[in-house]
Amino acid sequence: MDWTRHLLIVPILLPLITGAALLLIDELRHTLKAFLSIASGVLLLVTAIALMRLADGVVDGGGALSSSYALANWPAPFAIVLVLDRLSALMLALVSTLAVAALVFSTARWDRAGPHFHTLFQFMLMGLGGAFLTGDLFNLFVFFEVTLAASYGLLLHGSGAFRVRAGLHYIAINLAASLLFLIGVSLIYGTAGTLNMADLAVRLPGLSAEDRALLHTGAAILGIAFLVKAGMWPLCFWLPSAYMAAAAPVAAIFVVLTKVGTYVLLRLSLLLFAPEAGATAGFGGTVLLWGGMATILFATSGVLSSQALGRLAGFSVLISSGTLLAAVGIGNTAVVSGALFYLVSSSLSVAAFFLLIELVERTREPAADVLSVTMEAYGDETDEREEHEDQEVGVTVPGALAILSVSFGCVALLLAGLPPLSGFIAKFAMLTGLLNPDGLGSVAEISGRIWLLVAVVILSGLATLVAMMRSGVRIFWAPLEELVPRVVMVEVAPIVALLALCAVLAVWGGPMLSYTEAAARSLHAPSSYIQSVLGTGHPPGGAR
Amino acid sequence: MELTLAIAIGVLTGSGVWLVLRPRTYQLVIGLSLLAYAVNLFIFSMGRLRVGAAPVLGPGGAGDPAALADPVPQALVLTAIVIGFATTALLLVVLLVARGLTRNDHVDGREPN
Repeated sequence: MDWTRHLLIVPILLPLITGAALLLIDELRHTLKAFLSIASGVLLLVTAIALMRLADGVVDGGGALSSSYALANWPAPFAIVLVLDRLSALMLALVSTLAVAALVFSTARWDRAGPHFHTLFQFMLMGLGGAFLTGDLFNLFVFFEVTLAASYGLLLHGSGAFRVRAGLHYIAINLAASLLFLIGVSLIYGTAGTLNMADLAVRLPGLSAEDRALLHTGAAILGIAFLVKAGMWPLCFWLPSAYMAAAAPVAAIFVVLTKVGTYVLLRLSLLLFAPEAGATAGFGGTVLLWGGMATILFATSGVLSSQALGRLAGFSVLISSGTLLAAVGIGNTAVVSGALFYLVSSSLSVAAFFLLIELVERTREPAADVLSVTMEAYGDETDEREEHEDQEVGVTVPGALAILSVSFGCVALLLAGLPPLSGFIAKFAMLTGLLNPDGLGSVAEISGRIWLLVAVVILSGLATLVAMMRSGVRIFWAPLEELVPRVVMVEVAPIVALLALCAVLAVWGGPMLSYTEAAARSLHAPSSYIQSVLGTGHPPGGAR
Repeated sequence: MELTLAIAIGVLTGSGVWLVLRPRTYQLVIGLSLLAYAVNLFIFSMGRLRVGAAPVLGPGGAGDPAALADPVPQALVLTAIVIGFATTALLLVVLLVARGLTRNDHVDGREPN
């Protein structure tokens, strides 16, 4: 094979090298640091797009749908493999897009609020890239830990009592979840004797009954670890505070962290618990479905009751993960395809929302730098404060404010899932999949819980719309004396770019949906994944 | 041997869970460390308990795999220890910062009234 094979290792090596090199540069030379960091992000994005083309170029249905990369060229089940398919390429592209946006945004102010912002950011990108590409459970743990360790540093970036308190909870919960992860992984190793995901899928059907019970226990414990990260109710109470406390660019990239949990659940449940897996088939699907619905309902009530915008955004993250979890729980191709589109669209819009919040808060906070201090003093009621004493109104035509309010409107449309932006297409694709499980035109019996899920998803959209309208009216229309925020170009540009990307997604919804559909189809055909990792001669379904 | 190990893991987990649920940050750190010890022992036990079996082939080529201990869980434990150690150290720093900023050691940063 040619050099394109080696592209698979780039999303791990590039941020690692950049992050390490940035350590050596003095903090005072922040322009150079920012430049290197953004350059790495852009290169990552280019690589991810190349990988997407590579994954999409593989012929559908015939032969391997994904390509694998054995580190150090060890033979198949022993090597630590990286596996590329449409799903992982898509996730990489999403992460690098958000990373570039967040990094550009951070150069306005945040990257100088504390030491080593860019290094931590790069290490987090490395962990995320590894987690999306790895084909080995224990490796997944290592990359998860890399991501989390960097995210602890990033969450605390900017310091302040509110951040430290939220950070303490975040770290404690994630450490506990990591321990559960380890228990799950070791139980799976103890019963199946392998940690390679493809090898695991081959060995699962041949397990004895008592081993299978232990393996189910292991998979359930492992699932809980991922559900903590994905934020399923009742494991999600830490999430809104942590995301609200994080600095804006950090919160924007944190949006992807919840998606990592969802990604792993999707990958593992479709790979390991496919219909070929015998008695294990469909394990955990019901839990994901009901848990996802509970998450949506919890987050919907949270969205309606949020006072601070940061909390509102935190609950929007939860709505998005609840919807995705429920879709994974249903798990048919059409729904998963819509859910992948929804994943991209909702990540982009929530990230734009987090960036936007920081700028909007400036219209109400005279000194944006003391944000964390005021949050500490006022708790959630930051935006209940009315008076800003004698702030002179700067320009007569508040151009910045116009951009902000239009962006806010776009975010509201995206999150609520209204046309014409991509949020609508995403939800529409998912609901179509739910109501036509066998494809359009064929009449199928729709069970009660599907109707319930449809109702819950639509209800969450309505609630988001109500909450966003309420906040928007209060921010942009209600104040008599407007405080025009001082907003620089590099802060507005990423937000506009992210929203424009959502518009592009809406226009190119067809090609995008056919990509996600192909991704969903290949997820539902685990044999191709297994073949690309282990080579031929390992038929799925235990005939070994 | 199995019983001793099982009791050890159980005691460590039990104390760890109890300490994690306590309100002081110091108890939290100790609790998480105990849980990490329990988990490390647990991973180790997943390679089956063998006494006096070497995990690596000796010099002079392949031996009987049945006479050897499973090396994979030992490698996993090593990685888990390193990662657990690093993250616990990080948590300790955050805990000290929280102590300095909030002037008490309650996990919520303030005493319940």
